[in-house]
Amino acid sequence: MKTSVARKILMALSGFFLLLFLLQHLTINSLSVVSEDVFNNVSHFMGTNWIVQFLLQPVLLFGVIFHLVMGLYLDIQNQRARNIKYAQNNPGTNSSWMSRNMKITGIMILLFLGLHFADFWIPELNTKFIEGDMSGMKESGFGLRYFEELQHKFTEVWRVAIYVLAFVFLSLHLLHGFQSAFQSVGFNHNKYTPWIKKLGNLYAIVVPLGFIIIAIYHYTTQL
Amino acid sequence: MSDKLMKLTLKIWRQKDADSPGKMESYQVEGISEHMSFLEMLDVFNEQQINQGNEPVAFDHDCREGICGMCSLQINGEPHGPDRGVTTCQLHMRMFNDGDTITIEPFRAKAFPVIKDLVVDRTSFDRIQHAGGFISVNTSGNTQDANNIPVEKENADKAFDAATCIGCGACVAACKNASAMLFVSAKVSQFALLPQGKIEAKDRVLNMVHQMDEEGFGNCSNTGACEVECPKGISLENIARMNREYLKASLTKE
Repeated sequence: MKTSVARKILMALSGFFLLLFLLQHLTINSLSVVSEDVFNNVSHFMGTNWIVQFLLQPVLLFGVIFHLVMGLYLDIQNQRARNIKYAQNNPGTNSSWMSRNMKITGIMILLFLGLHFADFWIPELNTKFIEGDMSGMKESGFGLRYFEELQHKFTEVWRVAIYVLAFVFLSLHLLHGFQSAFQSVGFNHNKYTPWIKKLGNLYAIVVPLGFIIIAIYHYTTQL
Repeated sequence: MSDKLMKLTLKIWRQKDADSPGKMESYQVEGISEHMSFLEMLDVFNEQQINQGNEPVAFDHDCREGICGMCSLQINGEPHGPDRGVTTCQLHMRMFNDGDTITIEPFRAKAFPVIKDLVVDRTSFDRIQHAGGFISVNTSGNTQDANNIPVEKENADKAFDAATCIGCGACVAACKNASAMLFVSAKVSQFALLPQGKIEAKDRVLNMVHQMDEEGFGNCSNTGACEVECPKGISLENIARMNREYLKASLTKE
């Protein structure tokens, strides 16, 4: 934690962890398109299993907060490292927009997380731990509630639009972040790095696109 | 070959000394041949300024053949100007057109303070070198000839490539974070790849990274701008190697 190299390695490790989390999140979301029952059962398991709830969830929350706080801290240091700016700067000739604007795309993802938590996580915490209802059942008492709650969130077009936009920012963040994390932990090899870059581009497009398709699917099936 | 002479507008950072505030000023320069180097253009410009009774612009230069690392300059928003794989002294005026406006600024970083006009103090690089950019060789008279120690060809080539770094600071100037990681990683790699460098490998990377942070350089965010702008084509592979060396050293050093 003491040096710039140690901090960038930690930034990459938290990034890797979040990459894995996104895959898991997308997999469970995909089930909502395949089968209402399977999605309900898996959601109930994730929402009530104590390992998921009291071990993995706090680790995830820590990972998100660490990645965010460290990112902002490094950015403040970076601003200080160039106290007088250039009168003319031409960064487009030597680096990609995505690589230079991780802070902007990251903050957009953070703002989206505010809405996303208000939509799903906070009501979930309220139901389970304030109201004390761990059953996962609908208020009517017939069937599990998760699929219905998901559907109810995707009835308004503005919310779907915000979700889609947020995943575009996530895609831009990942287009640099995926391959950058490998470089930070010291993985750069002439034989493998070109493939890691290709895999990174694939991940950065396919995963956010998956989330977008699922959101639009639930909106259009309720029209 | 055309002998048409160009007339240019130069916007140059003028600063009296390290403690004075500076500002951009506009000038005209005439009689510039496309065969001149950028520094020769500045020589012509300074001569014209002196003839007009003005203070010439101070800028760094030495060998003027691209190997000393002394020339710098941020030209139209890029270190060493718009050409690739060249230093400012090797940049030809044929890269520009008659009537162009050229912006010339010093390399900008907190760790590279301006001394005067376009001259910056890059001794922070020297202090990083002092922290570990060396090997200890016993000069008792029984020193082993380096050529007697076999080195794998691939490693020898990579060490040589890293050693071509001239320490000009273009990597810092290009980086949006003013990070010096490409320079430091080249100096670390040059030794880490050779048997002679293994002995002090752990201390070297830890001390050089520590000194780099002390000097106030920024953090690396892997934009790759340094590699593109480096006049010697130093590869990002070196930064990855330094990160590995650092991780290994910090986990195992007692």
